[in-house]
Amino acid sequence: MPGPYKETDLTERVEAFLSDLKRGGTGAGPLRGSAETARETTALLRKITAQARWGSAGDLMEIIRKEGRRMTAAQPSETTVGNMIRRVLKIIREEYARSRGSSEEADQESLHKLLTSGGLSEENFRQPFALLRTNVIEAINELLTELEGTTDNIAMQALEHIHSNEVIMTIGRSRTVEAFLKDAARKRKFHVIVAECAPFCQGHEMATNLSKAGIETTVITDAAIFAVMSRVNKVIIGTQTVLANGGLRAINGTHTLALAAKHHSTPLIVCAPMFKLSPQFPNEEDTFHKFVSPHEVLPFTEGEILSKVNVHCPVFDYVPPELITLFISNIGGHAPSYIYRLMSELYHPEDHEL
Amino acid sequence: MADSGVIDGPGRKDEIERAKSEGKDLTKEEKQRLRKEKKQQKKNKEKKDDKASQENEKEKKLVTSAAPASQPPTQPTVQKAPSAVPATAPVSVPALEASAPADKPAKTKAELKAERRARQEAERASKQSKKGETGQQAATSKPKAPPSDLQPVVKRLPEHIQVDNPDVLKKLAKKLERQQIPLRSDYGYKVSLFSHLHQYSRKAPLTQQLSIPSTVIHPAIVRLGLQYSHGIVAGSNARSVALLHAFKQVIRDYTTPQNEELSRDLVNKLKPYISFLNQCRPLSASMGNAIKYIKKEISNIPSNSKEEDAKSKLLNGIESYINEKIILAGVAIAKCAIEKQKISDGDVILVYGCSSLVNHILCEAFEKSRKFRVIVVDSRPRLEGKEALRRLVQKGISCTYVLISAVSYILPEVSKVFLGAHALLANGYVMSRVGTSQIALVAKAFNVPVLVCCETYKFCDRVQTDSFVSNELDDPDDLIVTRKGTTPLEGWQNQSSLGLLNLVYDVTPPDFVDLVITELGMIPCTSVPVVLRVKNVDQ
Repeated sequence: MPGPYKETDLTERVEAFLSDLKRGGTGAGPLRGSAETARETTALLRKITAQARWGSAGDLMEIIRKEGRRMTAAQPSETTVGNMIRRVLKIIREEYARSRGSSEEADQESLHKLLTSGGLSEENFRQPFALLRTNVIEAINELLTELEGTTDNIAMQALEHIHSNEVIMTIGRSRTVEAFLKDAARKRKFHVIVAECAPFCQGHEMATNLSKAGIETTVITDAAIFAVMSRVNKVIIGTQTVLANGGLRAINGTHTLALAAKHHSTPLIVCAPMFKLSPQFPNEEDTFHKFVSPHEVLPFTEGEILSKVNVHCPVFDYVPPELITLFISNIGGHAPSYIYRLMSELYHPEDHEL
Repeated sequence: MADSGVIDGPGRKDEIERAKSEGKDLTKEEKQRLRKEKKQQKKNKEKKDDKASQENEKEKKLVTSAAPASQPPTQPTVQKAPSAVPATAPVSVPALEASAPADKPAKTKAELKAERRARQEAERASKQSKKGETGQQAATSKPKAPPSDLQPVVKRLPEHIQVDNPDVLKKLAKKLERQQIPLRSDYGYKVSLFSHLHQYSRKAPLTQQLSIPSTVIHPAIVRLGLQYSHGIVAGSNARSVALLHAFKQVIRDYTTPQNEELSRDLVNKLKPYISFLNQCRPLSASMGNAIKYIKKEISNIPSNSKEEDAKSKLLNGIESYINEKIILAGVAIAKCAIEKQKISDGDVILVYGCSSLVNHILCEAFEKSRKFRVIVVDSRPRLEGKEALRRLVQKGISCTYVLISAVSYILPEVSKVFLGAHALLANGYVMSRVGTSQIALVAKAFNVPVLVCCETYKFCDRVQTDSFVSNELDDPDDLIVTRKGTTPLEGWQNQSSLGLLNLVYDVTPPDFVDLVITELGMIPCTSVPVVLRVKNVDQ
């Protein structure tokens, strides 16, 4: 039985994670990639499941929801945290339903069932099951394994999408896209143009990594995106979040890139693992945009005019789903119009609001 | 008298043939006469079908056949300057025509050879003249074929977009050697798409290879070249005005050497200066137009004018060009924009980079008490928007500042976009600082009107559809930046597959631009060739 010692240890872990989240989201881009955040969140949730005191599934879900609200409040722009929490909540629901003996996945499909049965919402998950803890922990372990393989799964699909002598454009730095391109470069020769994405200039690091792998890379400024787009065959980008309507919340400059690609009818491919899919819609103005210190744009050395000028430094951009051609995720490729379906498989509608 | 013409023609030809065969250098007069005759013979071919005018001119020839012989000093003067050739054409054509049919029976093999050579040189000379003076030909030679705008213009490709052609490079090197100007070498790995353009490093200016003091190049020009290559003087208007001021200084310090004509010699003196400036930084379209104007002014100086008069005339001409085409045009454009309500109260105006004309318009509008605020968009690595920001804030205009990657965030607040131009091309494309086309694209997507402000002296008759074939590559090291103590691109030269691209210009398609404001009024982008045609006819 978990003793008081273990409980304080647990709360310490949670506090440490929260402060990491708060610190990690300042301007320079995430200190750790989204995949790491997802893994840490899931590991932490596993620990909570294992060590916290709970009797029934309902208790566990309450605990996780409470911790989840605190975590998302610490860093609202880091949506992977919220996504993992919702995944775990769905796992708990499924395990509970399995233990009870009823299968309710199929209920979601039928419109009739949606109208007649309130689904499991009438359930309050109060029935205690002895094996629930072990089952949930096992399921979370499976989730963790899935998370570890996402980048490789996406990279494996690279050869299906890149032919030789292509010119590919990308923006900023995405570990997923880097792995994707490096995998394709083992067999094919192509050219990559990286837009540096001021003011953080993460594109520089991406370009050096790609050129070390032997890929012909060119670094261009953000201003030259439209100028060189006419020679580009494909645009492959990563993203921070995939929204529920199939749009993206990506690094700033991506909307311009998408518009330029649309103008030249160049396909825009987004490499995004499934844990980035978030049930949010892009209509909450105050939580959608994130701003960092304007020092990045107009440094303090500029002197007096700083006090007379408004300076904005947004981190993210919204890209509407009409500009996107294809999503490549660890479970394959989809069109943006299919994202809502995937969302219903991953998350339960009750959990959209934590 | 008809006989005199017949006798003169072949007689002079024999003289020249003798001189050639003896290996002597032809005297100046003989050279000029030869050139004149070749020109006449070339025009003669064009008029072979026009029999009626030939009859008329046969009579004219009686009057003017003596004219070519008796005016060697003036005509060769005028001839040497390529721009004034057409002035001699109507005078010399009749004489030619009359002599040609008479010559026909008397031609020998040697004369035919001379004629062929003459024709080739005449074609070369006329090609050079046609480049500058298509307008003049149209105006002055009425009995000729239709105006030269519709004749095929043989254009020479500028050298700075043929860097991948080794023959062109060799020719350039020879020409620079002759003019005693050092050749600037390319720097760094060039992206394959742009291997036909130069790429220089700012750390290796051309002046390092010059001896100081330079005897060939005027010090004002050396200073100007250095200012260009280091970006101290940047921006289309600023570069043109600086160029014209430097040329004024050159003209002030100029003295005609003995036995030389001012109009010919000064143009020849200017040629190495122009090559030098071209090496420091490729000439802009506005600078090209300014140079054409100066050359025309110089060659229009009559040969019998005194040096002081000629110089003061030239200085006044340059002063009036600056005044009319740049300063007053700017004032007219600002007036037009403000009076026609292009800037109204409550407007949020987006500007990109630092365009002197757009800044002028905004400052004028603010002085006329229009209430608006400005959003300045800037881009790396030049960060010219900061200069615009300073000027506007000094005036008291409320400003916002963002980088170009945040443009789709800020655009929903914007009501109008004002852009400056480097040049307006004849197919309606706007050539401007790189990033302009991107702003126009995003503005179009958000349905925000885009207005381009441009003086007419920046209109050029080139055509271009993409930003690759003719552009300028700036120093690639400018892209390197240090953030949080690390410089990822530091050793980019050592990495074999890594290239940095620092473009300077891009072209904006006319469907992104809603209006062009010029001193002639508000025109759509596609009316540029109309304006050019009207200007050519005026000249």
